[in-house]
Amino acid sequence: MIGSNFSLGITILLGIVILALGVFFGLLYLGIDRKLVARMQGRIGPPIRQPFRDVSKLLMKESIIPDDAISWLFKFAPVLCLMGAAVLLLYVPLFGQPALLEGSGDIIVVLYLLIIPALALVLAGFSSSSPFATVGAQREMVTLMSYEFPLVMSVVAIAWHTGHVTGASPFLFSTLAAFPIWGQVGPVGIIGAVLLLLVLLFIIPGELSKIPFDMAEAETELAGGVLVEYSGRNFALFYVANAVKAIALVAIVVGLFFPYNLSPVIGIGAAIPATIVDGIFFLVKVFLVMFVSVMVARAAMARFKIDQASKIYFISSTLVGLLGLILLWIDLVI
Amino acid sequence: MSNIKNMDDTKEVKTSYTIPIGPIHPALKEPIRLDLSVDGEEIIDVDVVVGQVHRGMEWLGMNRNNPIQTIYLAERICGICSVSHPFALVMAVEQAAGIEVPPRAEYIRVIIAEMERIHSHLLWAGVAAHEIGFDSVFYLVWKVREEIMDAMEYLAGNRNSKAMFQFGGVRRDITEEQFPRVRKSLDYYLSIFDQLGNIFLKDKTINMRTRNVGILKKEDALRLTIVGPTARASGVSKDARQGHAYSAYADMDIKAITPDVITGKVVGDVYDRIVVRLLEIKQSIEIIDKCLKEMPSGAIISEPKVAKLLAVLKKAEGEGIGVHEAPRGECFHYVRMEAGMDPLACWKVRAPTYANLMAIPTMLKGEQIADVPIAFASIDPCMSCTNRAITVKQPRKGTECLLDLHELSLEKTRRLEAEFDR
Repeated sequence: MIGSNFSLGITILLGIVILALGVFFGLLYLGIDRKLVARMQGRIGPPIRQPFRDVSKLLMKESIIPDDAISWLFKFAPVLCLMGAAVLLLYVPLFGQPALLEGSGDIIVVLYLLIIPALALVLAGFSSSSPFATVGAQREMVTLMSYEFPLVMSVVAIAWHTGHVTGASPFLFSTLAAFPIWGQVGPVGIIGAVLLLLVLLFIIPGELSKIPFDMAEAETELAGGVLVEYSGRNFALFYVANAVKAIALVAIVVGLFFPYNLSPVIGIGAAIPATIVDGIFFLVKVFLVMFVSVMVARAAMARFKIDQASKIYFISSTLVGLLGLILLWIDLVI
Repeated sequence: MSNIKNMDDTKEVKTSYTIPIGPIHPALKEPIRLDLSVDGEEIIDVDVVVGQVHRGMEWLGMNRNNPIQTIYLAERICGICSVSHPFALVMAVEQAAGIEVPPRAEYIRVIIAEMERIHSHLLWAGVAAHEIGFDSVFYLVWKVREEIMDAMEYLAGNRNSKAMFQFGGVRRDITEEQFPRVRKSLDYYLSIFDQLGNIFLKDKTINMRTRNVGILKKEDALRLTIVGPTARASGVSKDARQGHAYSAYADMDIKAITPDVITGKVVGDVYDRIVVRLLEIKQSIEIIDKCLKEMPSGAIISEPKVAKLLAVLKKAEGEGIGVHEAPRGECFHYVRMEAGMDPLACWKVRAPTYANLMAIPTMLKGEQIADVPIAFASIDPCMSCTNRAITVKQPRKGTECLLDLHELSLEKTRRLEAEFDR
């Protein structure tokens, strides 16, 4: 009994550490993102620590709640958003280690948890009584519904294929880490897996409301959309939640497609150096995925209209995902 | 404007809610209000409410010590058209007072005006890219724009507010030694012109956001008397430089540019407006080049002594109009001068946006909310130049203040017509 209490205590402690690291690296990557995009656009850009300054300043500022807003929902939505993003962190493998709650939930749970921050944004939009926020919330909902199908399809396709080939329980990140997809497929399957990866890379900016898929916030159209009425602490919570969500989301892609660790390759056996090396390697992988799907895309494209974005996700991405799925299936048959 | 619009659109529309764009909104660079009635994402009705930045410029201009001071004021009507307004004003006063302008001054005026067109169109291109969320292009274009700003600073001593105009000529000469610096800028723009064209006309996402958006048909453009690039993009071959051929433009053989030169057909959408403005940049480069080649020698001002000029202006009696094709369209100035009176007796300014705002409801109806920023920006609106009146005291409920004004102006037009007939 004492032992289980002890291990529960350790888990809670680790959870807090993971959350702190998630917030820290989320904000750090946001800073790097802003700096690099600025350089791509020929600007100097803010210093990398700017997001930390933003958050600390926002925390000091007054939180204004509109008179017509549904007050409790307006205050609850940012907490829900941050909670959703934080719980997500506990279910995905980070820093080359298995997820903290590995075994008590699988990839399907992660897919459900991914919806919570988006739903919190929708709630925030509808509860803030501003027409801009209402339109933003509608757009957020449409985007959510559009990318959900290709997202689930690509994740399930990879898991199903791995499970089919290895016979291990398919919907666990540990299975995917033990049997990376690239080792299980032939040339046809590799093409299929690349297509599925592309679909996921395209969904990341949509999940994170970044250009070209930032219709829900759309500065020049909706002046901030869902978050237009938020300020102070409430806004800071959304700000942090979005940064945490970015890390978690990219970690999922890394866990699905690049679950490799560096320490076995370069032959570091000792536990602590290996953990450090793998942790740094994980950060590099996250950076690379973010660089391609968030930073370059943001600098190279204009914002889509909501119907165009919906079509891109619902038709183009789904078709590409289906093609990837079929190629993976063919790979199994031949 | 709201009441004028309501008069021809009396049918009731069912709306779910209204979105106010403005007076302060990221999509707008200057204050104006667009009240959008929307159903989901679709725009059902648009009401344009102007009058947020009235500065009483015309009144100020009529109350200066003398007309020369009004030139400085005209230069400050618009931060971007800081050549167009003084250009139109000096032409109006020269007509009223019968002042001759030496040919060399005409050429210098045209060079400066065309340089302004290049800078204004590049500025617009950047703003348009920002409106569709393409910030990389926004920064790129504004970086490119610096070259012409530098050239203008070199010629006039100032990036903006160039203070080149004087009644009867210009205040500063453009000498032979200054030509290479100007040519360098022109060559720079010619060398990057194809790249700019590639970005704006071929980029996939820009195409997705601008094709078939904010369409203004030719009939509508004619009916609403739209001017400038907005009208030309709808296929109306109208250009003050061609139609009036004032100043040195008469030597330049200018043809109004319509988008079918590149696209083969006129749609009248935002894309066509990009095409027209891009081609006009090239046209301006050619005009400046021709001006530099053919610039006649001689005086740059007919009366260099200000005191003597003021005496002439004080004696002048009569009316004059000045029409200049500003980057946004036809800029129109009217002056009346009375003998023995120091300042202008009357000064009326019509900036191109005043005419082009009429197109906004037609352009936006049936479009999505996402199209509002780019469609509105596509006329290159300039609010502080446009505002001619302000409602200082809100009318009591039930009184139709603007409608009364409309009636009054109709009455005055009829009275004037009757006077002329007599």
